Amino acid sequence: MAKKLMKGSEAIGEAAVQAGCKLFYGYPITPQNEIPEYMSHRLPQIGGTFVQAESEVSASNMLYGAAGSGERVMTSSSSPGISLMTEAISYMAGSELPVVLVNIMRAGPGLGGILPSQADYFQATKGGGHGDYRLLVLAPWSVQEAADLVQDGFDLADHYRNPVMILGDGLIGQMMEPVEFHKDRKPIKELKEKIWAATGYDGTRPRAIINSLFLDPATLEKHNHKLQAKYAEMTRDEIRYETYGTDKDYDILIVAYGTVARVCSTAMEDLEADGIKAAMIRPISLFPFPYEAIRKAADKADAVLVVELSAGQMIEDVRLALEGNKPIHFHGRMGGMLASPEEVMEKVKEIKAGKSQEVSHV
Amino acid sequence: MSEAVFKNPGSLADVQTHYCPGCTHGVIHRMVAEIVDELGVKERTIGIAPVGCAVLAYNYFNLDFHEASHGRAPAVATGIKRARPDLMVFAYQGDGDLASIGAAEIVHCANRGEKVTVVFVNNAIYGMTGGQMAPTTLPGQIATTCPTGRDTDLAGFPIRIAEMLSTLRTPAFIARASVHKPIYAVHAKQMLREAFTYQKDDRCFSLVEILSTCPTNWGIPPAESTEWLEKNMIPYYPLGVFKRPDGEDRAPLPIRPARRPHHAE
Amino acid sequence: MQNDVIMAGFGGQGILLIGKMLAYTGMQEGLEVSWMPSYGPEMRGGTANCTVVISDRPVGSPVIQSPRAVVAMNLPSLDKFEPMVRKGGLLLINSSLIDRSSTRDDIRILLVPANDIAMELKNPRGGNMVALGAYVGSSHAVPIDAVERVVRETFSSKPQVIDANIAALHRGYELGEQAVA
Repeated sequence: MAKKLMKGSEAIGEAAVQAGCKLFYGYPITPQNEIPEYMSHRLPQIGGTFVQAESEVSASNMLYGAAGSGERVMTSSSSPGISLMTEAISYMAGSELPVVLVNIMRAGPGLGGILPSQADYFQATKGGGHGDYRLLVLAPWSVQEAADLVQDGFDLADHYRNPVMILGDGLIGQMMEPVEFHKDRKPIKELKEKIWAATGYDGTRPRAIINSLFLDPATLEKHNHKLQAKYAEMTRDEIRYETYGTDKDYDILIVAYGTVARVCSTAMEDLEADGIKAAMIRPISLFPFPYEAIRKAADKADAVLVVELSAGQMIEDVRLALEGNKPIHFHGRMGGMLASPEEVMEKVKEIKAGKSQEVSHV
Repeated sequence: MSEAVFKNPGSLADVQTHYCPGCTHGVIHRMVAEIVDELGVKERTIGIAPVGCAVLAYNYFNLDFHEASHGRAPAVATGIKRARPDLMVFAYQGDGDLASIGAAEIVHCANRGEKVTVVFVNNAIYGMTGGQMAPTTLPGQIATTCPTGRDTDLAGFPIRIAEMLSTLRTPAFIARASVHKPIYAVHAKQMLREAFTYQKDDRCFSLVEILSTCPTNWGIPPAESTEWLEKNMIPYYPLGVFKRPDGEDRAPLPIRPARRPHHAE
Repeated sequence: MQNDVIMAGFGGQGILLIGKMLAYTGMQEGLEVSWMPSYGPEMRGGTANCTVVISDRPVGSPVIQSPRAVVAMNLPSLDKFEPMVRKGGLLLINSSLIDRSSTRDDIRILLVPANDIAMELKNPRGGNMVALGAYVGSSHAVPIDAVERVVRETFSSKPQVIDANIAALHRGYELGEQAVA
């Protein structure tokens, strides 16, 4: 298919359609309304169904029902809405249901603002809801990558029987870029028949019970071990990241994800012009996190700079990756303010000049 | 040759339930299972268990089931039915689950006219958690969180779900029944059957509110609890059909004339 | 080689549209592009702006703090974006609606009476097309005939406005080219 100029939100919706998702349940919230709007007119064209739920709580529980029926289903929301969905997300993780959730992050806490942010990193990667569960979290940095990750997300969700979250920010949702959908795209995982789905009991297989309730603690512990084994498998097989300029020598390693990494890539070019050598590693999977790759990429560097649209949530994982072997610096913006290439350049120069303060080990 | 006139419905699992003596969940389970059998839809029926005393209902039916989070069964039902309109979907919910934490979900499920069936068991109290006040607890009725009786100045009056939902413009089948005595149970099953039939015919949303006893948390013996239900609950929660999808809205049809509750209003 | 521009004006002046058309043209020409709108409550009735980046390499930051060009279609936009233009960059001012120029001496300034030209061409809503033409003429970010094809495609459902818009586009382009020459 030819390239199309699409808004990120629309590309995310179309990617779901291309992945065979015929169901979307959602609730309006800025800045991701273009996703449900797109789905509300697109899905009827392919015999699918769009439901505007009465709340994010309800929408996410509708996902639970549809996924439990064995169908591909998606929702999208933005930070406060995702908070309301965490109940069902925990249940879906516990009941091992494959769904794709899109969080177009806005600034918080509370009602916060509607401009871009990455302040939901902890919520996405460290749980969010109750219980020992993990989401597979993928963070795109371009509209094309958002479309690709949504399609991969459905395959990964089905393969692992686990919710997958696409973690974007307001820029990803709002900007337009060329996108290409490949007609002959093959699933990235071998997809098995969903024999576990509740589609009606006819006696030819065990009854399907979509459930996360285990009153017997030994049984529940066993169930938890099963989930943890799955997360370990994801950690082994699903780490995704990209490196930029790591083949050359460099003094500073930048760690950034999502659209912020693009801001940093612009800064890197300008730094090179100024004779300062910097490289970048961009985690694409935030869970599982590329600890090993970051540790290796930092080998050549004197210092590591983490750039985020938050107070520095990813620093905790970078610190785990580096095990105290390299100084970590941070540049972050909050409240919907964006980091600019100029700011990143200035920060790198400060680090080089010994004027930047290391992130303290609290 | 002898003919079996009473047997275990195929849709009901042949297991012992955990329900307390004198509780009517077992009777209601049986009626739902019988109707699923009678309508011949067992192989395409999906149940949804609530959080509450019926949380383990998925063990008691020989059907595929979902266990929903607290109050969200109508949303889960919507998700299933929209994904697979060919399936028969019923949610089985109690009064804390449906009328309190899940009030938004049931109202909007009904208002969208989802073609699912809700079996709403109202025993005027939180059972599983140990007898706390429910939105359906009667004025003056004692519960563990209203030890001197429900004070309507503080807690408002009990919510009449069937009446409330029947005010929605969207076509639906809404009825209230009771199972505390055989004659009432016969009517209840008729209403349940009508509700499931509307779904089978792809007509409309259907809900049957069924009054139930809770001797354990009411603190009275089973035999007395049926009397208590009749004397106290039916006057406040009149029985009958409140709404039919053809627009034939009519006043409640009590089986007996309602008496005013001595401690209400 | 990268071209980037912030286009800004009143909501309703067709600013976001010409930004999209510019980005779309770039894509059709095989270049890397991004189009980023401002969004938020100020979208309604206030100023609208978008950032377009056109590059022969993957686009880095889609948000530009020091743009190589600014197209200011009204005074509030000029006030806001004038200081941001990169040294040596271009500031295009819609002189039909803005009665001041710029005092900056480190950038190129192009005064384009976009609305007057549009009126002259009996295309009162074509001021945005004049501005688009003038930007393309002075930046050569994309070839003008490629923009013309995109104009035809964009307005294919309203064929009666195509010629008028192409005329406006070319008048703007000529002005832009003259300014560079």
